[in-house]
Amino acid sequence: MTGGGCGCTAEPAPRCVDGAVESGAGQVPRISTRWTWRDRLEHLRCRLGSFRNRYRRPPGLYAVGRPGRDTDVVVTANYGLSFDVVRRALRDLDAWLLVLDTRGVNVWCAAGKGTFGSTELIRRVEATSLGKVVAHRRLVVPQLGAPGVAAHEVQAATGFRVHFGPVRADDLPAWLRAGRVASPAMRRVRFGILDRAILVPMELLPALRWFAAIAAVALLAPLALGLGAADAGARAAPFLALLLAAVLAGAIVAPLALPVLPGRAFSVKGLVAGVPITAAALALAGPAARAPLLALAAMLGFPAVSSWLTLQFTGSSPFTGLSGVRREMRLAVPLQAAAVLLAALLAAAHALGERGAP
Amino acid sequence: MRYLSGVTTLRLEAERCNGCGRCVEVCPHGVFAIPDRRAAVVDRDACMECGACQRNCAQGALTVQAGVGCAAALTKAALSGRSGSPPSCGCDDGGGCCG
Repeated sequence: MTGGGCGCTAEPAPRCVDGAVESGAGQVPRISTRWTWRDRLEHLRCRLGSFRNRYRRPPGLYAVGRPGRDTDVVVTANYGLSFDVVRRALRDLDAWLLVLDTRGVNVWCAAGKGTFGSTELIRRVEATSLGKVVAHRRLVVPQLGAPGVAAHEVQAATGFRVHFGPVRADDLPAWLRAGRVASPAMRRVRFGILDRAILVPMELLPALRWFAAIAAVALLAPLALGLGAADAGARAAPFLALLLAAVLAGAIVAPLALPVLPGRAFSVKGLVAGVPITAAALALAGPAARAPLLALAAMLGFPAVSSWLTLQFTGSSPFTGLSGVRREMRLAVPLQAAAVLLAALLAAAHALGERGAP
Repeated sequence: MRYLSGVTTLRLEAERCNGCGRCVEVCPHGVFAIPDRRAAVVDRDACMECGACQRNCAQGALTVQAGVGCAAALTKAALSGRSGSPPSCGCDDGGGCCG
């Protein structure tokens, strides 16, 4: 068997394999285009944490429906979520699915790294004897694979002409029906509210882990200094509530409200979200937290935290470039650090003043 | 949505272009058009430096310092003393940059 699975990894055949199709290069495993509840559960786990790093499929050739010698070959990455999105998009079609070994990374990221690239595509075309499976010489490569795949290199090495398909797998049927012609909308990357919402956990969950660590220190340190538990809790609570509000502002509110927040720099958007939310949290935090020095410290420090967290969302956004983020960080990160440092000094000054007074 | 203006390192040497149209095909932000048998940059500030056009320009007419516009990747590169070289995406994940 030269086709799917390819035997080059120890990974078992995917659960979705439900048969086999004969081809000019032997049997090719056929995959279902349906998602099971288990698939959906795994997709959720991918969105939430490090499970995504282990969610991969064996590279190689797969069959969708009843493909023949003239059927199109769709190329994708061996990240399980990419694989699943593509196989579902092909549900009403016959297709060959050529899965590249990107070490479990999605198409766009892997293209940036070069693992979804000309070299791997050329190798995979040869390893699967694709020239014997199909009579035509066309490959459908996702447009977002283009940073790694040079169409002219692939054609020179294999004879296969690369047709860059739409950005989104869901547009594949319409693109194929139109004779492999993309509308301008199919060529554009969008970043709508659902796209942003699905990425929120990526920044939020690590931030909440930091928050938990800081909360543990803030609650335990006063205990270690000999304060009673109730006293320690009362001292830490306003600080922790404000910090949590700042995290929510920077990692949830700003990413969701991204297009409506003023400014182009993400750090500015995060700041704009952080200031009113910190002010509101401060208003709720009780009179002790509104002592002048403390209030000033809060209004400096917490929006800076929001600003920094929103800056991290540049990694999730599909329209921020290296030069832009570099420029933004040169200006924003020193200011954010200075604001947090100054806030800490003001809070310390307040604590000393409190101790000095009877 | 727009990011910062006037920052992209994208360069087009139009005299090398043969009008094949690959840049228009691969750009996810509509930066290029072929108004008259040669590529032209029509929306420069939309460029996110992904490098797709450069990679697919057989004529070598396009150059860009490609890389990831990701604060975490830049932070990692700076902390590991590689701030001079283009950072690579460190997160092997399924979202975002990684979408």
